[in-house]
Amino acid sequence: MANIIDGVKYTKEHEWVKVDGDTATEGITDYAQSELSDIVMVEPPAVGKKVKAGEAVGTIEAVKAVTDLFAGVSGEVVEVNDKVVADPSIINKDPYGEGWLYKVKMDDPKEADGLLGAEQYKELIEKH
Amino acid sequence: MLKKTPFYEFHLKNKGKIVEFAGFYMPVQFQGIMPEHQTVRTSVGVFDVSHMGEIEIRGSDRWKFVNYLTTNDASKLELNQVQYSTMLYEDGGIVDDLLVYNLNERILLVVNAANTEKDYQWIVKNRKFDVEIMNVSDTIGQLAVQGPQAQAVMQKLFDWDLEEVQFYWAVETKMKDVPVLLSRTGYTGEDGFEIYVDRAHADDTWNMIFDAGSEFDIQPIGLGARDTLRFEVRYRLYGQDIDKTTNPLEAGLGWAVKLDKDEFIGKQSLMEIKEKGITRRFAGFVALEKGIPRPHYEIHADGKNVGSVTSGTFSPSLKKGIGMGYVAVPYNKVGTRLTVKGNSSFDAEVIKGPFYKKGSRR
Repeated sequence: MANIIDGVKYTKEHEWVKVDGDTATEGITDYAQSELSDIVMVEPPAVGKKVKAGEAVGTIEAVKAVTDLFAGVSGEVVEVNDKVVADPSIINKDPYGEGWLYKVKMDDPKEADGLLGAEQYKELIEKH
Repeated sequence: MLKKTPFYEFHLKNKGKIVEFAGFYMPVQFQGIMPEHQTVRTSVGVFDVSHMGEIEIRGSDRWKFVNYLTTNDASKLELNQVQYSTMLYEDGGIVDDLLVYNLNERILLVVNAANTEKDYQWIVKNRKFDVEIMNVSDTIGQLAVQGPQAQAVMQKLFDWDLEEVQFYWAVETKMKDVPVLLSRTGYTGEDGFEIYVDRAHADDTWNMIFDAGSEFDIQPIGLGARDTLRFEVRYRLYGQDIDKTTNPLEAGLGWAVKLDKDEFIGKQSLMEIKEKGITRRFAGFVALEKGIPRPHYEIHADGKNVGSVTSGTFSPSLKKGIGMGYVAVPYNKVGTRLTVKGNSSFDAEVIKGPFYKKGSRR
């Protein structure tokens, strides 16, 4: 069973968003990494890029599948996790920790409130 | 109604991730595609390939009939020899690619799982001469033991030297007490065997092979790694790389087509296609930058669309994206620079032969 943690918000497209002040850290969920398995390439949005919630901002490639990466919140990318770009298998090992993808300075720090909570996300993946 | 192979319970026990494939519940992976791929390249792994279809042709005219049905020259087969071949529609499109086993009193056609019923109907519809046609797929379990250590494992189950069975040869024998059809064939580019048994002996067969393989840390391998392994040695996959809209000449399977043999289905069309000249050819290419080709991505060269990707994957051995697809002549030439356009756009280069050249196959 996929691991769902408290203290973060979730998107319907299986990203997680952790808000700290006006900065949001984003990554993909344990469910997403396990469905993809063997992630071999990741392209998060570049630092300085303006992203809009719900828009495709990057790609994740596994051996057998490619998927778009959607922004959970709107704002400007301020940091990218270069370690996962160099070794994307980190995402498979620790999706909520070392496997984070990028940080956004949020236009509206309250925007994440509209995303799914842990219970709601759990319901979503149980339907799959 | 999905079918289960006779090894299904073992897949559950080994925590295989089960998916639907060609009408069967099949394991797509156990520990993960990458480690399983490595296991087969460096040691030995076991694939459940019981979903493959088996069609038996019996009767005194079986060679004549199979030679009429298939493109390769089946009349050249000696007893217990195996041949790769294709079956065509009248227009030269491919019905299926298959293995032809010339066995005692029968010819066994081993076909793609998703095509078994279609092939059987096609064969029955085109029946000629004195032959009997039987779809025996549901009675047979099949395992593929593949990797540089495959022979070392399998040798423990036979008291005669397995060296006697050469590449693309078979033997009907007993493995301990179990009657088996054993051939040195596979879909991985590595040395290895495929073992056909009656379903009733499936449990014994699995246990014998895993007991023999324990000292080599033998592992079950899923369909995911089966695909990356076949891909790296550029074996075509029916339904993706070849189908009824492609002919074997453009697919680079001309070596399995013998236009100088007697009449066979599709021969006339192939002669015409050959005379008119082939306008596109199946090519393999390697990504020169970050990017993985995926099915249906466009292939561009000289600023125009020259084809599309039929198969693409990340190569666990090469650690980069590799793809295959039909490319307009002359852009199929080795060394041609292509641009692949899909979710991302990246350059690729047409290469010669298999992507992975260090396999233990012989």
